Amino acid sequence: MTDWINIALPKGRLGEKAYAMLKRSGYGCPSLESQSRKLIFENPDCGVRYFWVKPSDVAIYVERGAADVGIVGKDILLEYQPEVYELLDLGMGKCRMAVAGKKDFRDPVGQTLKVATKFPNITRNYYSGKCRDIDIIHLNGSIELAPILGLSHVIVDIVETGTTLRENDLQVYEEVVPISARLIANVASYTFREDAIRALRESLFRRVEENQ
Amino acid sequence: MTDMAWKREEQAASELRQLYQRYGYTPYKMSQFEEYDLYVRNKDFLLSDQIITFSDGSGRLLALKPDVTLSIVKNAPEEPGVVRKVYYNENVYRDYREIHQTGLECVGDLGSYEIAEAVLLAVKSLKLLGGRCKLNLSHMGLIAAVLSACNFTPGEKKQAMDCLRQKNAHDLKRLCGDNGEAWNKLEALVNCGSSGQEALGRVQAVLTTPAEQQALAELGALWNILKDQENALRLDFSVGSDLGYYSGVVFRGYLEGIPESVLSGGQYDKLPRKMGRRSRAIGFAVYLDLLQQRQGDGDALDLDTVILHDGTVDTGVLTAAAENAAKTGSVLVCTSVPTDRRWKHLIRLGGGEATP
Repeated sequence: MTDWINIALPKGRLGEKAYAMLKRSGYGCPSLESQSRKLIFENPDCGVRYFWVKPSDVAIYVERGAADVGIVGKDILLEYQPEVYELLDLGMGKCRMAVAGKKDFRDPVGQTLKVATKFPNITRNYYSGKCRDIDIIHLNGSIELAPILGLSHVIVDIVETGTTLRENDLQVYEEVVPISARLIANVASYTFREDAIRALRESLFRRVEENQ
Repeated sequence: MTDMAWKREEQAASELRQLYQRYGYTPYKMSQFEEYDLYVRNKDFLLSDQIITFSDGSGRLLALKPDVTLSIVKNAPEEPGVVRKVYYNENVYRDYREIHQTGLECVGDLGSYEIAEAVLLAVKSLKLLGGRCKLNLSHMGLIAAVLSACNFTPGEKKQAMDCLRQKNAHDLKRLCGDNGEAWNKLEALVNCGSSGQEALGRVQAVLTTPAEQQALAELGALWNILKDQENALRLDFSVGSDLGYYSGVVFRGYLEGIPESVLSGGQYDKLPRKMGRRSRAIGFAVYLDLLQQRQGDGDALDLDTVILHDGTVDTGVLTAAAENAAKTGSVLVCTSVPTDRRWKHLIRLGGGEATP
């Protein structure tokens, strides 16, 4: 058994920002910064091994123990409910999960509300809390099209700046939950490597405090 | 499953059986089917609500057993001073999967000895399975008392429970808001560390109610009794189960190299109470099928010897060669090289010379 800490990073801007924070915390990895087609990057000096994975897969890698820790959006945690530890709110990648619809939208309270979303579980939980009867239309992309074409009354989706919504005459009606990036850990990894994972968490915690 | 993984699982089941017998536990064999009604009434206790059901000839709805505990508790003794100790080695059916499970249940008029013995047997079970192991120990009575003292609504209580399970201090802090006392207690449960007396001391410092103090004292006393096992024990208040069933100590066991818990159990006095019985109960299950996830099995050899012949060799000669090889290990006699096995020695008979 090696002493590496395996870290799953989400591909894209969030992952790059998270890596920058890890690097400032003493967990840099020069090979990761080179333009390489490798899939796994190691820095033996600080015992870390990184790999990039699809953002929605980070929690799976961590839950199944292929990664000891990972960086993942709260939206993914809420949607898939993996059995992992959620050790830290990194305070980055901030956005919100929201209900949005056309500007002239009026809630058809006498009928089932049609909701298009990539996040059926979050949507189901949100509306069941409001005792509202809904029909979930599970889409995989271009969610904003759904209310414009009459496929749904509203959408439940991640809103960052709101620019896409505005440009398509859509607007936010309700906030479901705020979202940001979280540090997660595999439960068994944490059990056996508590000191190393806590040290990583504390280093990142100090960076988060500095940024506030 | 590879031969090696299968052997390991069988060997583990046998060693665990011997361990439980040494402590006076007797075998419990249950039928494959149980009244569906039993599981529906106690659905929250089950790890999965995917129950496979059948109707019998008279129209009764039966379930392919998803769990062993409920059947044992249903018949728990209620006489003062009587304790029933049983172990089982059964396949259960959850989420349309067959799961090999062994474990024990101790039900009846339990005292602190029976509780300590069950936790000790959980540690010994993990040690028997080999490699580094850890048993994470918590106390649902303590968690329930803390949550009760926090004056949360039922919804907030559930959120707090989820946060504790995830070691999620940041969302707990948001949930507590201005309730500083609640935050102090919950933060201590998340961040107290895992090292016995030190962690207990940190939690002790923030507790205020008699119910909290009593539960912590119970946990502290148990920790003291088990201090010889300290290298395999961790205090960890993320181990939490349904508040509706578990009442005292709860635990989860881990083996290095397996990414999920291989052992799970606790004291569940509220289950017999819900069934209208006065008994108390503690037990745990070991999920033997998870042993095959352990790294290293992939490198193991399937056979000691392969005897390859060309079909012309006398059967008597082949039988003698196979018998000879079987004295020292496993052997496969075949006419073509097996592509799905790995072996230590290959012996060619008939078409060529023997190859070590």
